[in-house]
Amino acid sequence: MNEDSLWSWETAWDVLPDLLRGLVVTIEATVVGMVIASILGLFIALAMRAPTRWVRGPLRFVVDFIRMTPLLVQLVFVWLLLVDIPPLVIGFGVLGVHYATYMSEVYRAGIEAVPAGQWEAATALNLPKGRTWFAIILPQAIRKTLPGLGNYAVSMFKETPFLFAITVVEMYQAAQNFGANTFSYIEPLTMVGLLFLIVSYPTSLLVRRMEMRLA
Amino acid sequence: MTTTSNGTPAIEFRDVVKRFGDNVVLDKLNFSVAKGDRVTLIGPSGSGKTTILRLLMTLEEANGGLILIDGDPYTHEYKGDRWVEIPEKRRRVVRNRVGMVFQQFNLFPNMSVLENIIEAPVHVLGLSKKDAVERAEQLLEQVGMSDKRDARCTQLSGGQQQRVAIARALAMDPEILLLDEVTSALDPEIVADVLGVLREIARTTDITMLLVTHEMQFAREVSNRVLMFDHGQIVEEADPETMFTNPSHERTQEFLKAVLG
Repeated sequence: MNEDSLWSWETAWDVLPDLLRGLVVTIEATVVGMVIASILGLFIALAMRAPTRWVRGPLRFVVDFIRMTPLLVQLVFVWLLLVDIPPLVIGFGVLGVHYATYMSEVYRAGIEAVPAGQWEAATALNLPKGRTWFAIILPQAIRKTLPGLGNYAVSMFKETPFLFAITVVEMYQAAQNFGANTFSYIEPLTMVGLLFLIVSYPTSLLVRRMEMRLA
Repeated sequence: MTTTSNGTPAIEFRDVVKRFGDNVVLDKLNFSVAKGDRVTLIGPSGSGKTTILRLLMTLEEANGGLILIDGDPYTHEYKGDRWVEIPEKRRRVVRNRVGMVFQQFNLFPNMSVLENIIEAPVHVLGLSKKDAVERAEQLLEQVGMSDKRDARCTQLSGGQQQRVAIARALAMDPEILLLDEVTSALDPEIVADVLGVLREIARTTDITMLLVTHEMQFAREVSNRVLMFDHGQIVEEADPETMFTNPSHERTQEFLKAVLG
């Protein structure tokens, strides 16, 4: 290792395998988290339309509570509470639930963007409520939510380093571990930044294209 | 006015009241439409014509009175002296007899032309997919849209969309068809196509039709009765010939003069 220079290519090369293993965990967490967020978010959005305040009120409170507290605090809190569950599983769950509260807003906007005439046509054809939702309203609403879903996926991806707080070895933690052993932090952390960029930039371009196509 | 043997009207409004906030749109409206009648509602905007169609499709809720379809209470009924809502399950039975075509077509953009038409026959009437497709193809033929069977609705022009919407409403085999300014959103050169389709339906079926339109010539040809509305009340009622050539009420004269020029 070259002690004098700030940057060593050799070190960067050495840390890469650890980081790539971390990246797999990061991507795993994002994918599983997004699956939970997009399904749960839809259920929240639908439940928010319940005719009774007794459903909407408490749900609103829970959703606001989750949104108004930091993800990091939520991760650690749940991790301390549920000691028997593997940290990565807790990570999936907390990321998923946290982002579900945001996704529910995207779904709400998507549902409200479906023109009233669609509901009216469904009534005029005497379609049952369930069929109206599943065959007509949701397919149109979800199409409008795809860019939002993509944006939150990128955002969740960038927040996965918080998982280090509950001992999950994702990319950032892998870099930290490497640094702790070799006293080289610059290379691993720079590489982490680059790897994040390499994954999120094309994804965000893809989302932008989707936005334009679906607009 | 034609009446059937038992004389039960296809549609009957009894003292129907509809308010939007403080604005009283219909104030104890009474009228009936016999089976097979073709009735055109005319009148200035805000006179309550479209509201009548929307009440008949349960897109609006009345604030009082009764709406009867074939003599059956539809949205509300009296239990003793109490005016109560009829639950959705019973409304659905009556609603099956009523179809509607909208000004803005309201086709489902996530479905093809054929899917739009078979959706309700399959999921409401319980037809097999094969029967529904067969019937849809006949209807598409009838409205001149056979070649667009598999097209996305978003690829169609306004006139084409409206013809599909007419086929979709007919696929439910309604006894009553409500036509709400169906040509108002169309380019002038396409209006004739759509009116031609409707004229043909009027000629070949005995569907009761209630239409709101600004196409006075069409109203004159197709309908056998015209109701002139103003401020939620019928101010004049006549056959089209009389209504358009020799209206008796001053409001009708003014209105027709303004519309026909």
